[in-house]
Amino acid sequence: MSPASLDATFAALADPTRRAILARLVTGEASVMELAQPFAMSQPAISKHLKVLEKAGLVSRGRDAQRRPVRVESKPLAEATAWLEAYRKSWEARFDAMDALLEELKT
Amino acid sequence: MSKLEITTPTDTTIVVTRSLNAPRQLVFDCLAKPELVQRWLLGPPGWTMPVCEIDFRVGGAFRYVWRSAEGADMGVGGQYLEIDAPERLVHEELFDQDWTGGRTKVTTVLTETDGKTLLTMTILYATQAARDGAKASGMTEGMEYGYGNLDVLLAELA
Repeated sequence: MSPASLDATFAALADPTRRAILARLVTGEASVMELAQPFAMSQPAISKHLKVLEKAGLVSRGRDAQRRPVRVESKPLAEATAWLEAYRKSWEARFDAMDALLEELKT
Repeated sequence: MSKLEITTPTDTTIVVTRSLNAPRQLVFDCLAKPELVQRWLLGPPGWTMPVCEIDFRVGGAFRYVWRSAEGADMGVGGQYLEIDAPERLVHEELFDQDWTGGRTKVTTVLTETDGKTLLTMTILYATQAARDGAKASGMTEGMEYGYGNLDVLLAELA
């Protein structure tokens, strides 16, 4: 994944509304109207967020001319979070080991 | 077990916080003494740490090397910039394979309350792309940090 596309992905994820949209789409595709419903936000405002997500390759729009359902694209999301997840896991393992060492040192 | 928190407050930083059940002098010792560092600063699951050298003074260098069973090495070297025992430590480091697009600067702050220590580690990267792991796919492959490996490691530590 290129640095530029990772930047786009992280910028897309940096907004709580966009993260909530992705969380909804993980459960299944939805129309723009369905996505706008939970937020006190107009459809054009939601569409702006969708454009950012689409540009980052995180969602795609279906071809059905009537509905154009929005779908999540999981591969870019998985790639963007894999690094931070690996980083988190490595530090969790290290601090778990430090917990055990500190118990020894306290006695 | 205390929960590790990771945040990204700016484009080029990662902040790691963790609460530790010990006074901060002991925690600081774990950051400063090579025989202690070797006990917790693990490499990937199953890797050993054949090199753990520390010259603990401002301007002093450190060098760590982790090694897999197959003999692959992952090394990092760096230098201490500020030492305020037992509350603050600043160092910079660079991995041999340079997964981070240049040196990172790491600031570790220890605050103690009621005999427990809050560790806050701020890692400053050279660029946003570096912070976001633009080159990290090589590192994660090398480190093989899958869920399966972590389960094995945790079982070994228990």
